[in-house]
Amino acid sequence: MTRPNAAAGPEELIKIYRTSTLIKQTDESIRGLLRRGRLQANYYSPRGQEIVAAAMAATLQPDDYVVTIYRGLHDHLAKGVPLKALMAEYFGKVDGSCKGKGGCMHITHPEAGVMVTTGIVGSGMPIANGLALASQERKDGRVTVTNFGDGATNIGSFHESMNLASLWKLPVVFLCQNNLFAEHTATELCTAGNIVDRAKGYAMPGILVDGNDPEAMYAAAREAVDRARDGEGPTLIEARTFRFEGHNYGDPSSYIPKEMMAEAKANDPVPKLRALLIERGIATEDEVAKIDADAATEIAEAVTFAQESPYPDVAENLSDVYAHVLENA
Amino acid sequence: MAEITLSQATQQALDEAMAADPTVLVFGEDVADPEGGGIMGSTAGLSTKYGSRVRSTPISEQAIAGAAVGAAIAGMRPVAEIMLMNFITVAMDMIVNHAAKTRFMSGGKTAVPLTIRTMSGAGIGAGGQHSDMYEAWLAHVPGLKVVVPSNAADQKALLKSCIFDDDPCIFVETTYIQFMKGEVPADYEAPLGKAKVSREGTDVSIIGYGRPILDALAVAEKLAAEGISVEVVDLRTVMPWDQETVFKSVAKTKRAVTLHEAVVQFGVGAEISSRIHEELFDTLKAPVQRVGSMNTIVPYSAPLEQNFMWSQDKIEAAIRRTLERK
Repeated sequence: MTRPNAAAGPEELIKIYRTSTLIKQTDESIRGLLRRGRLQANYYSPRGQEIVAAAMAATLQPDDYVVTIYRGLHDHLAKGVPLKALMAEYFGKVDGSCKGKGGCMHITHPEAGVMVTTGIVGSGMPIANGLALASQERKDGRVTVTNFGDGATNIGSFHESMNLASLWKLPVVFLCQNNLFAEHTATELCTAGNIVDRAKGYAMPGILVDGNDPEAMYAAAREAVDRARDGEGPTLIEARTFRFEGHNYGDPSSYIPKEMMAEAKANDPVPKLRALLIERGIATEDEVAKIDADAATEIAEAVTFAQESPYPDVAENLSDVYAHVLENA
Repeated sequence: MAEITLSQATQQALDEAMAADPTVLVFGEDVADPEGGGIMGSTAGLSTKYGSRVRSTPISEQAIAGAAVGAAIAGMRPVAEIMLMNFITVAMDMIVNHAAKTRFMSGGKTAVPLTIRTMSGAGIGAGGQHSDMYEAWLAHVPGLKVVVPSNAADQKALLKSCIFDDDPCIFVETTYIQFMKGEVPADYEAPLGKAKVSREGTDVSIIGYGRPILDALAVAEKLAAEGISVEVVDLRTVMPWDQETVFKSVAKTKRAVTLHEAVVQFGVGAEISSRIHEELFDTLKAPVQRVGSMNTIVPYSAPLEQNFMWSQDKIEAAIRRTLERK
């Protein structure tokens, strides 16, 4: 069955631009804080992958579930985790989304639908199936999106999860953000065949899309989310994208050919979308400049908030381990 | 009072929990009725009665444990079956990195009220990969609760306690005794973290759980004829274990033996023994003795397997060692 290709209209494109700008600028702010020694964190920049998350989120309802990984800033902001709570969590402060107890690799914010952020490659997918199973049994109409990288498609849980989701027709979208490198190893050196083709083996549709093209990414996401919501089961999306900053902060990414990096940066998807909005008359230069300025203001406020928030009390070490603090712990 | 098997106790606990609470889900390999209702019949009848809330799964332990973690985070009370405890190794990431840590790492925003039922134990000639007791691994992970019942009444009551507990619980059933019968009173309850004094005594305390408790009771009966009075404490919950009951018993008897099926080295008995020494050193009349299985791979050949296992003789010898000092 084919679906009407619900295209991103002007409103959606502006929304995607607003989200991707917030992500891009927040990432730049965090890297600045790390560079100046104001923040110490294991940080995995999503710079370059903004459009994938922003376009996917533009197709989701507020109560839909998202599962993501340690490179998750873009997914968190796109789904609506408040920037102040997110920033305070990066600083390990009590006003963080998880009281400073999870950190940037473990963001949870149920109010925004962000249920799990895992630091273990490939671990989000089996858990996403469970969230989707709960929705299926409750008939609550929610869709679960599980984000992962190209490297995660080689771990067993990817295959186990795709099989189970397809068997049970779970309302889940498997969103592979293929940034062409699994840590330091190029995808073609560690992944046999095409990722999208693996969908066939599990009897589910696979969509290969340019994740940096907001209209194409929106259409792919829309199709997969609608299928899931209509009870037709899971979809695998392979969104091709690129990361500009190496695997983790401080990685010089010497394994990426210089020309490849230069070409990717020349095609930076966020300024490209900005230009497209103006060129098509969807927004004026002043309007996009305001979006840019609003993001900068919001980020500055969040950084101040996070820096001023206190550290959690050390008594927090024994709370939340179990539902009740155990005696003699 | 009618007697039922431990396997039937599991079935009754699941049935009553599912009837009481629509968020209880059951899934695992072969658990639905067309597949036989579980290899021990412990889930028989449930899929017929509860439909999609009971599902047979592929042989995919990561997917099973992960689905339990996700469903629990979403507010359900899943009971996932990992058929044998050795297969938990395949699902360890989901259990150790996710089930156990999610409440803490989310700052209490999400909880994981899941139960994983699994089964294991030596003495059935299943060899090295279907017989291990790994409760010490799991008890060592902050965030998990671990339960090992020794009789039908406790198996039913403790399983229900696990299902309605708000933390992730690993529920270990011992293969060898699943068809043993016992009385199960209708209103019997067993809270997590509470031990049961299965037999009162005054000369020495045996602290254990699971199948070896049956041997401890037999040894206590035998030694009573000699005038040696043995108190048997069935921990039932390995983590958190009931320190109050254990310390009270040992303060009275002044001698203790720890007992479990798993190998002695780095076992649960080491933790209990150490804590008894820390708390009651001045009142002890003898060092705490430990009984468990031999530090080797569970062998196939029957005489080797019997030699590997704990035994009534080994329990008796440990008791006598504590009694050598006056």
